[in-house]
Amino acid sequence: MFRAGEVDALIHLGVMHDPRARPAEIYSWNITGTTKLLEYCQAYRVPKVVLLSSANVYGPRPDNPQFLTEDAPLLAAQRFPQMRDLVEIDHLVSTFLWRAQGVETVILRPVHIVGPVHNAPSNYLRIPRPPVLLGFDPMVQLIHYQDTADAIVAALAPGRRGIYNIVGPGEVPLSAVLRELGREPVQIPHPVARPILSLAFRLGISSFPVAELDFIRYVCMVDGRRAGAELGFRPRFGLRETIHAVDEPA
Amino acid sequence: MHTAGVGLLDRLHKLRGQVPDDDIAGRTQALVVRGNEFAMRVARWLYRNYFRASAFGIEHVPATGRVLFVANHAGQLPFDALVICAACFLEPPTPRLVRSMVEYFVPTVPFASYLFARWGQITGTPENCRRLLAAEEAVLVFPEGARGISKSFARRYQLGEFGTGFMRLALEMRAPIVPIAVIGAEEQAPAVNIKPLARLLGAPSFPVVPYPPFVPLVPLPVKYRLYFGEPMTMTGDPDDDDDVLDEKARIVKSRIQSMIHVGLREREHVFW
Repeated sequence: MFRAGEVDALIHLGVMHDPRARPAEIYSWNITGTTKLLEYCQAYRVPKVVLLSSANVYGPRPDNPQFLTEDAPLLAAQRFPQMRDLVEIDHLVSTFLWRAQGVETVILRPVHIVGPVHNAPSNYLRIPRPPVLLGFDPMVQLIHYQDTADAIVAALAPGRRGIYNIVGPGEVPLSAVLRELGREPVQIPHPVARPILSLAFRLGISSFPVAELDFIRYVCMVDGRRAGAELGFRPRFGLRETIHAVDEPA
Repeated sequence: MHTAGVGLLDRLHKLRGQVPDDDIAGRTQALVVRGNEFAMRVARWLYRNYFRASAFGIEHVPATGRVLFVANHAGQLPFDALVICAACFLEPPTPRLVRSMVEYFVPTVPFASYLFARWGQITGTPENCRRLLAAEEAVLVFPEGARGISKSFARRYQLGEFGTGFMRLALEMRAPIVPIAVIGAEEQAPAVNIKPLARLLGAPSFPVVPYPPFVPLVPLPVKYRLYFGEPMTMTGDPDDDDDVLDEKARIVKSRIQSMIHVGLREREHVFW
């Protein structure tokens, strides 16, 4: 495909994250695949590379500042082995951004993407009685899936390169999101939540790896001002529309 | 000193502006304001009736603009922060909402994790401090940190080591420092620290007091005295060597220490 020429841009959306697949297989798909793609982009002079990474690369942590900027270290892999691939791809593309000066590289790190899609945050918000951790109610940021598409379009404009956090219509407590959707959260004390979830995952009842509990325990919020100023990105969807997007028919 | 007829909610609205009630963010904010009002009621009761606090030099609290409050830290549980926040909210003609820089341990504790944040008390990262000062807020730091609050009764009123982080931030953000000496917190929980238990629980300390329930959940009804010092404007390069900053931090430390000495001399009794 590259050899045929006239590739105007590469949009990398293919970060594979399947908690059930074999880690080695995913790793080679993700890392080797990305390395190959970047090599081709340089060899065949593709002018633009866009990576859809995620704000999750910073990782939810108790010592996180309220809003992380793009320079914050990517620490997600420390607690989440499952996030290692994404962090590594983000690093690969960051290096490429500085090394391949002829290619305009953009890394987008959107907050939790919600919509009629099957990713962890949307799946979680669709559970009628979602588990929450007793005594924890972190502020969360969500973005409408179509706003994410808009951000990719904004990144494709000529002249734009760099790393950008992509933020939706503001921050709300997790409890406010669940209340808006009419869910009935089940309060679980955090010391027992871990063993319960780990058992449920092994039995195939739940598709959420244990480490993802940290997302409903600690904050992982980002500062999206750079994308606003340099990409001119503004979310179109309001908070209510964004939250209710999870219940849209697919 | 308290302006009659000015309710807590009026004071909050004066600070935050009227809150819209029509969308989710507005409703959340309204909830936060109501939560703050409740917290302030409790804080006011503790401040006026339980600790019978008196604040000296409240005129040194600037009515507007960025400021870094620096205080001594003691008493196992952060009631000293609560008393300082209540004083700055209730005593001056224009209320100030103080944002304390909270220990990294707090976000891992159930309920405290989100309640502190909703009350405007935020994890003490340099980024958070910078952001708040840039927004012209009043930030409270305890440079002694966890070592200060968990020090044993025998070492009361002896200031622990001051870090240099607060000084770097004050210089970088050009924020005046208002030193505060807190008298009373050191006696609210005369404790010793059982270090092995703390390590076992992964907590910064495990204090034990010589009366039931043996953990200092309820502070003794000591009388609090707060001394606000004159604002100090420090100058210099925030990226200077540790030694240079250490010296500057020591100027603030010795100011607080001498304010503590004055406060202790003026005090007649721990409980009244």
